[in-house]
Amino acid sequence: MELIRSDTHIDFLGRRKIAMGISGTLVLASILLLIFKGLNFGIDFTGGTLVETRFAQAPSIADVREALTPKGYGNAVIQQYGNPKEIMIRVQNRDSKASSKISNTVLDALNAKFSNKVEMRRVEYVGPQVGKELTQAGIMAVLFAMIAIFGYVMFRFELRYAVGADLALVHDTSIVLGAFAITGMEFNLTVVAAVLTVIGYSLNDTIVVFDRIREMNAANRKKKNPEDEPTTANNAINQTLSRTLITSFTVLIVLLSLFFLGGEVIHGFAFALLVGVVVGTYSSIYIASPIMLMMKGHTKADEDAVREMEARP
Amino acid sequence: MHAYPRWKLWLILIVFAVSVMGALPNFMNVPTWWPSMLSKKMNLGLDLKGGIHLVLDVEVDKAVAHSVAEDVDSVRRSLREKRIAYSSLENDGRTITAVIRNAGDTAAAAKLLSDSMHDFTMQQAGNKLVFTLKDSQAKDIKKFAVEQAIEVVRNRIDALGTTEPVIAKQGDHRILVQIPGYENTARAKSLIGRTAELEFKLVDEKGDLDKALAGDVPPDDEIVYGDPEKRGDKVYRQPYLVKKRTELSGNEVSDARVSIDSRYNEYAVTLKFNNRGAERFDRLTSQHVGDRFAIILEGVVKSAPVIRERISGGSAQITGNFTPQEARDLAIVLRAGALPAPVNIVEERSIGPSLGQDSINKGTSSTIYGFIAVVVFMLVYYRLFGLVADIALIFNLVLIVAAMSMIGATLSLPGIAGIVLTVGMAVDANVLIFERIREELRNGRTPLAAVDAGFDRAFVTIVDSNVTTLIAAVVLFQFGSGPVKGFAVTLTIGLLASMFTAITVTRAIIALSLGRRKRIERLSI
Repeated sequence: MELIRSDTHIDFLGRRKIAMGISGTLVLASILLLIFKGLNFGIDFTGGTLVETRFAQAPSIADVREALTPKGYGNAVIQQYGNPKEIMIRVQNRDSKASSKISNTVLDALNAKFSNKVEMRRVEYVGPQVGKELTQAGIMAVLFAMIAIFGYVMFRFELRYAVGADLALVHDTSIVLGAFAITGMEFNLTVVAAVLTVIGYSLNDTIVVFDRIREMNAANRKKKNPEDEPTTANNAINQTLSRTLITSFTVLIVLLSLFFLGGEVIHGFAFALLVGVVVGTYSSIYIASPIMLMMKGHTKADEDAVREMEARP
Repeated sequence: MHAYPRWKLWLILIVFAVSVMGALPNFMNVPTWWPSMLSKKMNLGLDLKGGIHLVLDVEVDKAVAHSVAEDVDSVRRSLREKRIAYSSLENDGRTITAVIRNAGDTAAAAKLLSDSMHDFTMQQAGNKLVFTLKDSQAKDIKKFAVEQAIEVVRNRIDALGTTEPVIAKQGDHRILVQIPGYENTARAKSLIGRTAELEFKLVDEKGDLDKALAGDVPPDDEIVYGDPEKRGDKVYRQPYLVKKRTELSGNEVSDARVSIDSRYNEYAVTLKFNNRGAERFDRLTSQHVGDRFAIILEGVVKSAPVIRERISGGSAQITGNFTPQEARDLAIVLRAGALPAPVNIVEERSIGPSLGQDSINKGTSSTIYGFIAVVVFMLVYYRLFGLVADIALIFNLVLIVAAMSMIGATLSLPGIAGIVLTVGMAVDANVLIFERIREELRNGRTPLAAVDAGFDRAFVTIVDSNVTTLIAAVVLFQFGSGPVKGFAVTLTIGLLASMFTAITVTRAIIALSLGRRKRIERLSI
């Protein structure tokens, strides 16, 4: 069976201006969304207390709020989580030392009002200091991954490939973040993990294309009438297209299963990966290679180094 | 391709046998002769098992300040012994400043103190002596405080009687506490957070309490309050004027048990002193018959009984309207010893048992459905070759489970997601190889040559593309915490396993099945 016909020949690079336009708009929109709407940061980063409870009978949000008001938590964020019996309550930090006990006060107040029929499902408390540290660690992780990947691609290919790969990553990351800003889904530590995985995955796709370009460039040098590089690159993308789409498809299958069956806790994680895989697949076709080609002549590369690179296994 | 090396085949078979054996303990009870290396089960993370996860921060600066305050006492004593008058003696937690009254005594004081204060550096300005705690010393005090706090917390958690709690140092001054399968977060938190500082101080019977309350506290005294009690509709706390000096502390307690106070028939905690404590208590009670001593727990006077006679048995009783649970917890913390510095809970991630089970169920079902979908797709798309890839995928899953069990890795919910993701990504290597084979076939190669070329050419690409994902996984492991780390671990193991199964195992199966035949006209790909 074949989904992509073997004689497929799409002029991807010929449409790079349209693609760049779409990508540019998406990235810009994402950045604007991030600035003006912002991310709905989870308590991992803001600090605070999260209490997830299950009631014997579905309560009304108003009743839950009424139970919490006398304790001074009337302004808590109270929402359904998954199904109507499950309620999630989020409270901000106050005095740092007493904050760790907020969850117990909340649970006691609920049990008092709903006659001990409230079950603790999950309690998370992140102190202000820890919130700052986790934010820092998250930013460091993303930056570090990008630098390490840049180094690896530069080592295996050459500088302009690394620039293309990294810009594609910036593109993917911005759009995933933009998707979180526009949907208002909670952005927490597991989402950062998902973003890092998107970075790794998107690059995986890009590298497969780059590998083929490198291989064909090497073959090209031996020909009497060599093709120009954009043609080679376009052929490489076409030849690997089938693999790119099939792999993305199998990954999407498992991600959909994770998104729909994996439960609420893993929802944001699966969502980030879903968006990331779609965007990453697109960017490895339309973004990474065109940028790599545009960079030709802008980065230094002596002929010997290129030949040596192409001869690498 | 025709002669597939024997040793490679054996290697694959051995790896397969070992991983099946290593994975089995997770699904059934293995017989006793099973190799112990392969008998371990995967650890479930707290997010799957349910339990309490706390990160404590030890206020190490307070431990330093406490130690400096003790040194202030010794400065005071040495100056008094030598009858050197001082006009002020202050400390700010790190430095001690003594102002000597007669400038003529300064040299003598400097000599006296510099001999005894080894942990400080001394500076002299006129008749002012400033002692600053050495950095190395402060570091030692902090380190010791954290180690001691870990010991104390461990003793207290052990008293809860749960199985396999984890208490470990995290960073410089933090402690990680994990109590699997325990739900009562309120009790665990209050038990861990109590300083349990117990002091016995003499009540200053000659001092004027009213004057002291007005602000005129005698220099060696301090005011301490009792438990709040209701008087009419007002809450009242009884003040006591006590000597600053601690006569006996929790360090001298060797045992603490719940008892019933026979007079009021209420719960109490009976303390037993160690030898040194018993001696001191003996001396204290013999010298101060008729006076009161205050039993101060965590800064609150629990009771202030009158010493009626000399007590030489070496035990005392704390009362104070305890519920049975309160008395039991107090006995636990007193037995476990006092925390050298206050600890604060800075992070909590506790999971109730029902959510843990839900996560296991949902994680399992999403893995199963994702797996089936991928298997079916590969079979339809690549036919017999797809079947081979599917066999490799099953092998891959077995290998992941076995590897995680053998290295004792912890499976978290994001970890399950990592496995699901690996299922999707593991077939990538096979897709790369199979697409390449199809391409070589189209270019007119014979089936066998196409298979060879497909495996050879795709190999580099597979390595290159996996390394980048591995980089992301390693970074995650470095910066991530808890469950996220679990994701990094399963993703890494999954990728490594998939490189082995998708390349080596599929090649072996294909080579063996093709190798027997003389000529191959078509490939089922």
